[in-house]
Amino acid sequence: MTRLVSLPPAAQLAPLIGNYNDAVTAKRRHLLLGLVAIAIALLVSAVGAEVQPVTLWNKIGNFTSYFDRLLKLDTGARVWTDPLEWFWGLARWSRLLGETLLIAYVATITGAIGAFVAAAPASRNLMRHAPVRAAVRRCLEFCRTVPDIVFALIFVAAFGLGALPGILAVAIHTTGTLGKLFTEVVENIDMGPVEGVASTGGSWLAQVRFAVTPQVLSNLVSYALLRFEINVRGSTVIGFVGAGGIGQDLIVAIRKFYYSDVSAMLLMIIVTVMTIDIISARLRHRLLAMENH
Amino acid sequence: MQGTELCARDPDVLRGGLRQQIPLLALGIAAAGVYFAALLTLDISPSRIISGLGRLADIAILMLPPNPESWARVLLYLGALGQTLAIAFLGTLLGAIFGCPFGFLAARNVVANRMIHFFSRRSLDTVRSVDTLIWALIWINVVGLGPFAGALAIMSSDLGAYGKLFSEAIEAADRKPVDGVLSAGGSRLHAIRFGMLPQVLPVFASQVLYFFESNTRSATIIGIVGAGGIGLQLFEQIRVLEWQQVSFLILMVLITVAAIDWTSQRLRSAIIGQRP
Repeated sequence: MTRLVSLPPAAQLAPLIGNYNDAVTAKRRHLLLGLVAIAIALLVSAVGAEVQPVTLWNKIGNFTSYFDRLLKLDTGARVWTDPLEWFWGLARWSRLLGETLLIAYVATITGAIGAFVAAAPASRNLMRHAPVRAAVRRCLEFCRTVPDIVFALIFVAAFGLGALPGILAVAIHTTGTLGKLFTEVVENIDMGPVEGVASTGGSWLAQVRFAVTPQVLSNLVSYALLRFEINVRGSTVIGFVGAGGIGQDLIVAIRKFYYSDVSAMLLMIIVTVMTIDIISARLRHRLLAMENH
Repeated sequence: MQGTELCARDPDVLRGGLRQQIPLLALGIAAAGVYFAALLTLDISPSRIISGLGRLADIAILMLPPNPESWARVLLYLGALGQTLAIAFLGTLLGAIFGCPFGFLAARNVVANRMIHFFSRRSLDTVRSVDTLIWALIWINVVGLGPFAGALAIMSSDLGAYGKLFSEAIEAADRKPVDGVLSAGGSRLHAIRFGMLPQVLPVFASQVLYFFESNTRSATIIGIVGAGGIGLQLFEQIRVLEWQQVSFLILMVLITVAAIDWTSQRLRSAIIGQRP
């Protein structure tokens, strides 16, 4: 191939090539150091997590055979040959799955209201007292750092078994996560309307109601919908610790090796979660469209 | 001029808003209706909440001050915490390594075939809709109880999310550097290595770090189903109602998560550059 680029003379070129090589070697050395660090961390954590590649290699067959057993009825036939037998507990599971959805719904709304109430005093442009702001922010941080299932464990001890501890646990976690997002939204508003309301003598509450809320509402609802998707997923396992929903039956079925029941419930969960994701994504796109015009 | 006079003069401008608000209002009322119906269905009464709050206050008092009782326990908990971090790190890294090929498969500008694109997206969605704890239960059946099952569970549930995020990063990559390499006579492999990778690698790295943060949280609870880490200790202590130990464990988790968040935020802004 003929070369179209005209190269400078060798004497001029040599230092440039030297510089280039130096720069590349330095970069390569950094990369190598990073890789070595990652490799060491990997080794240490592999020892820490008791990784046994040999066991995995020997038992990887279990993984495929587990899914094979999931798709078999007690009679040994494939599950789809007898859907009635497969979904024998449809009524009960639907009720439990409905309960899971209700838990997620109630918890999302409760948590969103909590986050909305907390967002104004936590944002820099609406709350001038730094100590109040810091206190609210620390509270929100605590709510979102403790995993919801830990809250659920403690609440089950306090409120007894059932949906109530699950709702409270998910709601508190939602307040923490949404509170942070809501605060960020509120901090990015246009302050003009707020000053307008303030200049006509409006109180702090009036400022929040008439100048802040109209600006942020559609954004907040969109975040709450996104959180609802996540909470539906989270609520399916909250029953593992006795806090209501389909998780109760799922963990019993997995522990007691009722294979076809496990696959039936998993299928119901996956379909429900996907449906809700799709609907909520549509709604969020419409909300964003509303926002933009 | 008074408000009523203004309304009488320009009814279209001032009253029009109300008519637009009716569907929104109806939606709000419907949402509230479902909310209260749900409370009734789930049998949640104020009296239950109040009596429960009383017991919760008792528990909160019992939790203070956090007290591990002996140094042997502290060492045990620190070991469990280390295991949790190891699970999170291993799960994150394995998930990222195995998620990469799926990301490329699901990216519209790499694989043009619509069928492959559709099926890889849907299977990633399926993997994603199963919670980490369920994956942990499945992996326990394969490799037995212990932290290894936990790491594998985190890897599996991350695969779906990584595939989706990576494919989005690849689709958002600028086409021009790739074209530039191709027009200078580079091969297709050169185009990916010098045109595509430098664009997407920082995004990948920042997402992996972000997942490490969130996986540390997941890894703290994965012990609840028997997959190792500090969750196992937490679950045991709650079960035997040793509340001072519980609050000590929660405190340890809080400090660790905060430390990891801080470090990872530093690293992320170093990798991707400070945002204005």
